Amino acid sequence: MHGRPRKPLKEEDESVLSAKAEKLRLLQSQFLANHQNRIYSKEALDLSAKLLENNPECYTAWNYRKLAVQHNLSQSDSDSVASLFDQELKLVENALRKNFKSYGAWHHRKWVLSKGHSSIDHEMRLLNGFQKADPRNFHAWNYRRLNILPFDKEKKNLPFERLVSFFFCFDITFRFVTDLMKRSDEDELKYTEEVIGENFSNYSAWHNRSAILSNLLKRKAEGFSHKEKVLQEEYEHVRNAIFTDPDDQSGWFYHLWLIDQTVKNGAPLLVSSWPSRGSTITLNGHGNNRLHGLSLLNSTLSGTTTLPIILYFNQAVEGINSSTVAVKSEILKEDLVWKPLSVNNSSTAQVWVVYLKLGNMELQLSKTYSIEITIGYSAGIVSSNGYHYGDPSQIAFELCVQTAHTEPVEGQYPKLTSWKDSDFQKIDHFEESNFVTSTDHHIPTTSNWCREAIDEEITNYQDLLSDCKIGKLTLARLLTALDSLSPEHDKRKKHTDEILKLYTELMKLDPTHSLYYKDEHSLVLLQQITSSEESLLPHCHYYKDATETNTSYVCLRLQNLSLSRMGSIKNLLWVQMLDLSHNELRSIEGLEAMQLLSCLNLSHNKLGSFTALGPLRSLKSLKVLNISHNELGSHSIDTRRYLCSSPLAHTEVFAWDRFEILCGSYSATKFWEAFLIFESLNLTDLNITGNAVADENFTSFIVKVLPTLKYLNDEEL
Amino acid sequence: MGELVADKHVRYILSVEKKKDSFESVVMEHLRMNGAYWGLTALDIMGKLDTVDTNEVVSWIMSCQHESGGFGGNVGHDPHILYTLSAVQVLALFNKLDVVDVDKVTNYIVSLQNEDGSFSGDIWGEVDTRFSYIAICCVSILHRLDRINVEKAVKYIISCKNMDGGFGCTPGGESHAGQIFCCVGALAITGSLDLIDKDLLGWWLCERQVKSGGLNGRPEKLPDVCYSWWVLSSLIMIDRVHWISKEKLIKFILDCQDTEKGGISDRPDDAVDVFHTYFGVAGLSLLEYPGLKPIDPAYALPVDVVDQIFFSK
Repeated sequence: MHGRPRKPLKEEDESVLSAKAEKLRLLQSQFLANHQNRIYSKEALDLSAKLLENNPECYTAWNYRKLAVQHNLSQSDSDSVASLFDQELKLVENALRKNFKSYGAWHHRKWVLSKGHSSIDHEMRLLNGFQKADPRNFHAWNYRRLNILPFDKEKKNLPFERLVSFFFCFDITFRFVTDLMKRSDEDELKYTEEVIGENFSNYSAWHNRSAILSNLLKRKAEGFSHKEKVLQEEYEHVRNAIFTDPDDQSGWFYHLWLIDQTVKNGAPLLVSSWPSRGSTITLNGHGNNRLHGLSLLNSTLSGTTTLPIILYFNQAVEGINSSTVAVKSEILKEDLVWKPLSVNNSSTAQVWVVYLKLGNMELQLSKTYSIEITIGYSAGIVSSNGYHYGDPSQIAFELCVQTAHTEPVEGQYPKLTSWKDSDFQKIDHFEESNFVTSTDHHIPTTSNWCREAIDEEITNYQDLLSDCKIGKLTLARLLTALDSLSPEHDKRKKHTDEILKLYTELMKLDPTHSLYYKDEHSLVLLQQITSSEESLLPHCHYYKDATETNTSYVCLRLQNLSLSRMGSIKNLLWVQMLDLSHNELRSIEGLEAMQLLSCLNLSHNKLGSFTALGPLRSLKSLKVLNISHNELGSHSIDTRRYLCSSPLAHTEVFAWDRFEILCGSYSATKFWEAFLIFESLNLTDLNITGNAVADENFTSFIVKVLPTLKYLNDEEL
Repeated sequence: MGELVADKHVRYILSVEKKKDSFESVVMEHLRMNGAYWGLTALDIMGKLDTVDTNEVVSWIMSCQHESGGFGGNVGHDPHILYTLSAVQVLALFNKLDVVDVDKVTNYIVSLQNEDGSFSGDIWGEVDTRFSYIAICCVSILHRLDRINVEKAVKYIISCKNMDGGFGCTPGGESHAGQIFCCVGALAITGSLDLIDKDLLGWWLCERQVKSGGLNGRPEKLPDVCYSWWVLSSLIMIDRVHWISKEKLIKFILDCQDTEKGGISDRPDDAVDVFHTYFGVAGLSLLEYPGLKPIDPAYALPVDVVDQIFFSK
């Protein structure tokens, strides 16, 4: 019941209605009896028609009509066949007049058409009529596109005009009628123009335009081979709509799509890696780190038995394996197995990792080994939308062993990590100044027109629409797009301050969606912080436990920045200790790429469920985790439930055996999320206080799931 | 702000069931199976499923099953995938899945998958991404997801993705919140949410919230309580629900209640029905309204029912 006012019925109305109900009830039961007994007489057909004209939603009656047509076809001569179908088309029209949203009626019409009846003129007249009455009726728009029916034998015998009538609109599933489609694509594009010309506030028409245009651009149709020319015209087109009424959403999404079309480079690119090109990795066998200076290029790893190599692409790719990515080094003896870092166990991922097992390598002290990686060594790296990785690119780095690996002495554990401010010490300079985030990798060569197109749009929006919501938001997006087109190290060309200001203004201007703008703000802020050494330096600290004398870690402290989401992870692959406390993080999406991470502070954030910690499952080196003072257990609805690999999403099978061995006395329906997350971790130090979930029962459960744990909630176990 | 008059909604739902001869009931007679799902799930969320006679419901459901394995919308009506899911969901609510021949129902769903991965609604061949969701949800509840071609099913859904990040009925079809729920739900259940541009779709979805606080289903349309389900559940599955104002939406839903006779309508002061009563209550559950059982955004069943299906041995 949509749009029917709530009011008490008058007595006379009530009696009219109940008489109507009685009549309909009688029709329905008579019809069902006919259906059951397969009676297809004229009387029975008339009865079903009457029923459908009164209640087009009665789907069984449409099925019955089809059965009746099939039954009567077998007994008719060719003249009466046509009238048989005409009758059905007439009935559909009557039913659609009663309810033009009736799925059953629209489908019945498609079914009749599939039998080769009606004509293009007739159908177009009908459609135009319905679309005039309701310009947004998606049934009519879909019918216009006519995504119908497998091409069956009957249709092959149809005269040509009839065939045309099937494909008077484009249909992407039928490639063999390309010529026909070509003509109609352009016609349909014109049609959207006419509709928009009459009234720009027609989202359906804008949508259809994007679909047709994508198709025309994709196959480089005549007049559509120059993307820049097409896009420039479209920018102008949609600008008219947005400027006419900035509050009308019809053109908003189309404009964002145009920006995307302008900026996006189809082919996958490697945007970052660890180790970075030209770096030196020092291995420190025992657990102590002796750092004399800080370098963001070179790293020292302590007490590790595996060395990860991380490849970070600009989009999800598949096909990373030992033949597409060649790793050359004298120390390698076995084939490497690359693993996609996806939280849902998919075979496509933006980030890929391989672990070199140092134990098998017979490394010698003080010797330097070089390792060379060729990405795209053979073809096979493909993005999820089908683009292939371009020319092969190389990363070379050096590995050197400082001290030999020794097993930790039994009974000697690492100290409790306190995260106290007093344990952090500012760093005043980097040892080398050769860290340039991601710039040693491919920068897409964009032609000038992209930048010019974006520039022109920026001028338009700055001049005319900088005071309203969509104007500000579009401006922020255009500036972001422009920044993405200029080389990353060229800081003078960046507009991050201006973009941050726009998002701050938007939060105030449109409080309903303020957290959307806040999330965008966080991403831009992180981009700004991680883009260079100078901007990173104030956030880099030595961590030094007061009781220790010569051990220290470098910790990246991004605490207290009001971050609501994580980003720019590609610039943070080197981080081993990360402080994200006192922010407003709801998720840590992307953190799975930080394979070197061993200490992580997430305290005082807004993490609402264990599934939100899903990315941590791939961090094999994580030892210390502080998730105190979050919202674990405070929410009845889990917004990460389906973004985390689990049996619910069929991405993994629940490990019943392990669950029963570790914590068989607990209920799986209650504890499965926590089990899923912690079971795969090797934590020695966990702080979970200040969460609704952390009661006594849970504490005793978690100790069972984490046998490696030495400290829980700041107390030694 | 008013409060949820749960007791009155419970009474309203139970009363609709008794008024079989009203015009409304007669018009909706063919989809009584959907009605049963809406009404009973709403009752369960409000903690009142025990007011219903389980055996009566279960035997009626089973009398709607056909030889093919599919269920009709009511006794005497043809089988259709729409009613097959509702039947399975209601049986799950009562923890009575053991009364169906699981393979028989699965065979019916499997028979409706087309070569391109899409699903037909019944033997007459209407194709729609709604049916993809229904098929996937249904066989998943029955622990038979491996019986359909998931890879192709996912591929077909992705072929219906649009420039705004949303999804339509068939390739090229306009994005619509109901359709988006179906596609996002199907991708959630098959672990394929990584194929969605969450930020793009999230922005489209969060812009469905209009000034009154209600949600519409497409740009420049009126708000409607049913989108509290379609839009909200999609936003939750992609973890972008904080991009709308929950308080404003709660107020809108509560404003749509008939506080005297019970029931919830599409917009304030319109006529109530079971469909909108369910979507209003389910929406409030997704908004963590106190006193309601949480509902799962993908399976559209209470969380305890879903967890029972997947995490009990």
